Amino acid sequence: MIAAVPNFGIALPEIILTGLTLILLMVGTFGKERSMGLVSALSVLSCAITIVLVLLTDGARATGFENLFVVDHFASFMKILVLIGSALAIVMSGGYLQREKLQRPEFPVLILLATVGMMLMISANDIISLYVGLELQSLALYVLAAFHRDTIRSAEAGLKYFVLGALASGVLLYGATLVYGFTGTTSFDKLATLHPVEGVQTVGLLIGMALVASGLIFKVSAVPFHMWTPDVYEGAPTPVTAMFAVAPKIAAMALLVRLMMGAFGPLVHQWQEIILVISVLSMLLGGYAAIVQRNVKRLMAYSSIANVGYILLGLAAGTERGVESVLIYLAIYLFMTAGAFGVILAMRRDGHMVEQLSDLAGLSQTRPALALAMTIFMFSLGGIPPLAGFIGKLYVFKAALDAGNHAATAAVANSFYVAAGLGAAISVVSMFYYLWIIKIIYIDPPAAPLDRPAGAGLSGVVLVTALFTLLFAFAPVVGPIVGWADAAAQSLAR
Amino acid sequence: MAPWPILSIVTFLPLLGAALIMLLPQTQAGERNVRWTALWTSVITFIVSLFILVYFDPTNPGFQLIERADWIPGTGIIYQKGVDGISIWFVLVSTFLTPICIISAWQAIHNRVREFMIAMLVLETMMVGMFSALDIILLYVFFEGVLIPMFLIIGIWGGQRRVYAAFKFFLYTLLGSVLMLLAILAMYLQTGTTDLIVILHSPFSRELQIWMWLAYFASFAVKMPMWPVHTWLPDAHVEAPTAGSVILAAVLLKMGGYGFIRFSVQMLPDASAYFAPFMFSLSIVAIIYTSLVALVQTDMKKLIAYSSVAHMGFVTLGIFTLNQEGIDGAVFQMLSHAIVSGALFLCVGVVYDRLHTREIARYGGMARTMPRYALVFAVFMLASVGLPGTSGFIGEFLALIGAFQVNRWAAFLATTGIILGAAYMLVLYRRLFYGEITKDDVRAMPDLNWREMGFFAPLLALTLWMGIYPSSFKDLIDPSVAQIVAHQSHATGQSPRAAAIPAPLIHAVQVEASR
Repeated sequence: MIAAVPNFGIALPEIILTGLTLILLMVGTFGKERSMGLVSALSVLSCAITIVLVLLTDGARATGFENLFVVDHFASFMKILVLIGSALAIVMSGGYLQREKLQRPEFPVLILLATVGMMLMISANDIISLYVGLELQSLALYVLAAFHRDTIRSAEAGLKYFVLGALASGVLLYGATLVYGFTGTTSFDKLATLHPVEGVQTVGLLIGMALVASGLIFKVSAVPFHMWTPDVYEGAPTPVTAMFAVAPKIAAMALLVRLMMGAFGPLVHQWQEIILVISVLSMLLGGYAAIVQRNVKRLMAYSSIANVGYILLGLAAGTERGVESVLIYLAIYLFMTAGAFGVILAMRRDGHMVEQLSDLAGLSQTRPALALAMTIFMFSLGGIPPLAGFIGKLYVFKAALDAGNHAATAAVANSFYVAAGLGAAISVVSMFYYLWIIKIIYIDPPAAPLDRPAGAGLSGVVLVTALFTLLFAFAPVVGPIVGWADAAAQSLAR
Repeated sequence: MAPWPILSIVTFLPLLGAALIMLLPQTQAGERNVRWTALWTSVITFIVSLFILVYFDPTNPGFQLIERADWIPGTGIIYQKGVDGISIWFVLVSTFLTPICIISAWQAIHNRVREFMIAMLVLETMMVGMFSALDIILLYVFFEGVLIPMFLIIGIWGGQRRVYAAFKFFLYTLLGSVLMLLAILAMYLQTGTTDLIVILHSPFSRELQIWMWLAYFASFAVKMPMWPVHTWLPDAHVEAPTAGSVILAAVLLKMGGYGFIRFSVQMLPDASAYFAPFMFSLSIVAIIYTSLVALVQTDMKKLIAYSSVAHMGFVTLGIFTLNQEGIDGAVFQMLSHAIVSGALFLCVGVVYDRLHTREIARYGGMARTMPRYALVFAVFMLASVGLPGTSGFIGEFLALIGAFQVNRWAAFLATTGIILGAAYMLVLYRRLFYGEITKDDVRAMPDLNWREMGFFAPLLALTLWMGIYPSSFKDLIDPSVAQIVAHQSHATGQSPRAAAIPAPLIHAVQVEASR
């Protein structure tokens, strides 16, 4: 049988981005450090071009490459978030790399390669393509974590991330073999139509599913696979941390959603409770452990664990509304986290990066605009209306309560109600440390002022993300995004 | 019907002023401009808000001046505003007190004036937005949004323990609020809409009502605040700057009472009837216990804060009588308390600005050197006690009439609270104003200046107006309350208890009041 010509059109954004990345790699290799500015600018441009392409190819569900690759509204939505996240990370890194004498053009190129991997993950429709995308992404990120190779912290972060990440990949792969062994297929579409019978097959499939999910839960850094997060966040160069906190999380979450809702859709009653427990534990750990942190990057690591907990609560619902809430939350999370890291990147004193919470003391008097932006991000991360983070929490809680209302058994219903209640209560705990940062910024007496200027790119990112976070709840912003997320969620539910 | 979206304009006008202040140049003269811009914004907002009264039809008990727009399409969450005979007064109280607070902060706040004025104006937007929202999600957004500017006001411009007080205020209130959010979402999922008017007419099952009632209770009881979750209030009041205390006492606490009426009583009638005895008990404990606590305070602001908790006890008592007089009284008491306690905090602010202490024992004999101040304080003190002829009397009396019909013991016990109220306020007054002046710095304090008399005058006039001719206010409140009571008794299948009290008695109250 002659294989048909693959439907290249649906993967056009990935193909173009890969091509552009390779060209930029050449430019960087030949141009050396001189070409850094050019490569960075062109990388951002490549992201922009790819976003346009994603928008142009956005349409009804289509598969290609022997059913390995799928494009739908869900994929488009997630890809755009990832591309925005990567572009923001590249823009924000400019000043930092210059000052730390890290001007190697590989930096933006690696980010772009990771982005291609993430886009593949988002469009994966088969365990094979899932793994290929995941590894492409991970390998690029391992290098990035250790990018500041002359400092011990960065090297340690890279190594730690690599060892633990490789372990997680191994677990995922083992799970994949189990799934294949017990079902005879790796295709998401075929898995989704499977009606597991009682007995050995179900048990094997369940274990396989749990292991595959574990690998992804590592990537989104949810409890109990969160250990690497604080160390890697703290050790990696700050722009890399900014990257880690946003784009890979979105991609891994997209993959998890597609896998759970699609391939393992028939097993929803089995995984629902697992995800629910992971969600609540992540909220709890993220909420409580962050309180004692004094390093702002570590604090953001725990904050992201807590946020992932809320996102997983939406996934645990296992409904279209649940997916919608995940999408909305991720869109908001992207902007408020990137913005917060923008402020952290501006924390520089006498030419050195500072990252203790106390270094923010009295920021409102020395740098009022930066202080206001950070305050907006913190209140938003805490989920206080009218800021963006509130809308995210609103949708997640709504999805959880809705899942409870439609649960098959009273026990499941109650577990959703309890999880929503706990989530609400823990959000008060998390609010404590967000408030603590605001207290340091607004109430404490000023420390020595931070260096000026923050840099045009960085200031721009902080301004845009702050405005987005502040104005998100207004009808002209929230309306289209919610509508779009709705369409994306529908496309996944089919 | 108003020819323009007046409620939205009143809501967002202060925000516009805040944006303007942000754009003003940061110079020495800039500080003066900031103050004047803030003042003018709030004064214009108040004048515009008076048009709400002009367009309001007192004969219509339902919601009026309704504005509707899409918010989040496809979800049933809409932007809807409107007022009825109850909420209109809270909107007006908010717009009325903000300029007074800004004037009171004219000299008291001298560092970071710009941020302070922005916070005050944002706060005004949130308050007005909350009372005029007719969509439960929109209402929640404003309800919780209040926390942000208030946290900053207490935290930045507060006293010694301001950080502790601000955190306690924020986290306490937030914990209640998030539970309320779950109840709001439960309502939304049941009815498929967040339109408050539709939800008011949607019945919920009894079991669900009880759960939702408890969630709302968690929020409103903290906000009110009710005993035993009132402990954040004395701290917040003591540490907040004068303007913050005024807004806190006058408006923020009323959000709890308004919420109880709007959500608990109107939307969850069965659960409200079920929990009424529980609310009675808590209210009575609040009235008696916090009055006793107030008696032993040595800090002026703390004393008034505890008296607020006691007065709010009358409000919850009135609301959960679930009859016309009780709810009427509760609403009136809230309005009266807004003016009177706001004024009392301003009174404390006057001497605090001069001597920088709130300790009662540091003062004494001020009646000789500050006669004007003594007079003003006396009027508000007596209004707080509930002397006939002042606004405080009407609300407490109506609430007690309402309670008497439902539970005589409750009414009896609550009445003892009035006696205790008189005790602690009179003791406070004696210790502040009578006796010999022993301290030179107290002797040297100047009497009220023109600015201070300027902001006390309208408060004084209102206190007497509400006490002598309450009908101007009650005429708008009554129809809306009557509708609530009718709806309530219809829903729970009981005959309205209000019928038991003859109209002449109500008349007698007013005659008594005007004497």
